[in-house]
Amino acid sequence: MTTSTSAPDRPTDRFRWLLADTWTIALRDFTHWRNRPGIMAFGWLFPVLMMTVFIALLGGVFGMATGGSYLDFVMPGILTMTMFFGLEGTMTAISADASKGVTDRFRSLPIGGLAVVAGRCVADMVNSAIGLAVTALAGLAFGWRPDVSPPATVAAVGILLLLRFAMLWVGIFVGLRVKSQEGITAVQVLVWPLLFLSSVFIDTATMPRWLGTIAEASPLSAAATAVRQLLGGGASPGGETWFTDHASLLAVAYPALLIVVFLPLSALCYRHLRR
Amino acid sequence: MRRDGNELAIEARGVRKRYPSTGAGEPPALNGFELTVARGGVHGLLGPNGSGKTTAVRIMTTLLDLDEGEVQVAGYDVASEGRQVRRQIGLVGQYAAIDEEMSGLQNLMMFGRLSRLSIREARRRAHELLEQFGLAETGSKRVSAYSGGMRRRLDLSVALIVDPQILFVDEPTTGLDPAGRRDVWDAIRTLVRGGTTVLLTTQYLEEADQLADDISMLAHGRVVAGGTPAELKAQVGDDWIELVPRETADIARVAELLAPWASGEIRSAHGRVQLPVLDRTNSLLATASALRDSGIAFEDISIRTPTLDDVFLQLTGSTATDPLADQTAASPA
Repeated sequence: MTTSTSAPDRPTDRFRWLLADTWTIALRDFTHWRNRPGIMAFGWLFPVLMMTVFIALLGGVFGMATGGSYLDFVMPGILTMTMFFGLEGTMTAISADASKGVTDRFRSLPIGGLAVVAGRCVADMVNSAIGLAVTALAGLAFGWRPDVSPPATVAAVGILLLLRFAMLWVGIFVGLRVKSQEGITAVQVLVWPLLFLSSVFIDTATMPRWLGTIAEASPLSAAATAVRQLLGGGASPGGETWFTDHASLLAVAYPALLIVVFLPLSALCYRHLRR
Repeated sequence: MRRDGNELAIEARGVRKRYPSTGAGEPPALNGFELTVARGGVHGLLGPNGSGKTTAVRIMTTLLDLDEGEVQVAGYDVASEGRQVRRQIGLVGQYAAIDEEMSGLQNLMMFGRLSRLSIREARRRAHELLEQFGLAETGSKRVSAYSGGMRRRLDLSVALIVDPQILFVDEPTTGLDPAGRRDVWDAIRTLVRGGTTVLLTTQYLEEADQLADDISMLAHGRVVAGGTPAELKAQVGDDWIELVPRETADIARVAELLAPWASGEIRSAHGRVQLPVLDRTNSLLATASALRDSGIAFEDISIRTPTLDDVFLQLTGSTATDPLADQTAASPA
């Protein structure tokens, strides 16, 4: 019988255990992937499916106003969408763990709460990075030819993963707050109007002026436009507004703001589990 | 890790807990909860839905803060020494808190690693537990394919990875079929033989009777009675056999024939005979064979058990209804 659970209380030990526990919890997701490869493959290929639909079916209509190739225009948008969809993954996982008692079991173990969140973070970020790579490769196969200079590519990937990291904290918060399957479904439906009311798929120049401005103010537009500017996805859509002029700044500021708001809110939600 | 001179597994004094969502006019979930559990054996916390069982367990396992009072588990204060408490306890909650997308072995390995076992040690312990709980053959299958009873047993085994001093088991058999229930009971009995103290919550009188050495009865957020199962049952009254003869005229004869098995006063009313008995199954067999040759025809014969509602009505001092008068009483089994 194993009774020796010696107390690792020195700070270095604590840090070592934090890393070990984080890895164990992330490994749990990787095990899921191995146990159901079909579902994972579908998740990674879904953005490719969307890309095909937009290019093949809608490219002719939406692309008219962009001047250049619609593929070059829409690819940064599709990559932004891929990161945005991470919200659903995080939210669903957090909500399922909370409702099935897995969260409580973690909380009844002598591990730090930080490891549980960090494990989720590692798993979700790796998942989304794979999705990003798959989508980008599929785009290249479709004929997407971005202007790739190493610094611009690094910056574009950085902006996209930063958006995903912000979605992680929104997802944790929503997943802890929304208890029912109906609530989860509602969020899954609500992501669509948010995607369409942006420059992710559609050039805002084709919208009425007031609507175009609202669309350009979206955090998703900021990320898509910033990536377009970095990778040469045609001219800034919708002409020169304050939002498109400052897209790179906004692509960093919006996620930063979301993190500043939702990270403490998520921590508060975890604490409120004790009330 | 045990603190010197502390022979109590659990000690709770004057615990009050009101959820923030509780309405102003409603009573708190726990209202002066007191509990003393000695080390070793099974202590049953018995109460109907909404009596505060789960709230009490969540406070004792440091998942929930208390408003007032003091709780010590394994000699550590749950409010200020949560981490130490968590090193001494295991928790099996109301829902099987295991990962459905992983196999039983993968679940045990993960929780073993999180409980500070080395990979090799975690694997050895996982196989040991799968063996002990009769899951060796299904250990590599995904949990989503397990039956309810198998999930519960896996859930129990996860809580036992590091051999906790005190194991909290919250309504372990709710929703299980009789076979699954028996499996879980056997698993808990095995644990206790290994020296673990078990705090078991249940709403089934029969379950507490089967497993617990001591029972505390909970109603409206406080313990209203305590003692051994036999002591409590004596307060509540006996089981009874209810017989409905086809001819009302036979009632008197039935009562006369069954008199030797009665543990109390036989009642005859509304076309039925109600016979209080001590040993329900043997009494049924004995009375059945006594009646077989009498030539009396019966519409119905059944065993009745006082329900928890009857118990609580009696113990909380409300208008104590006569359990024999409750015709809708159903056995919890």
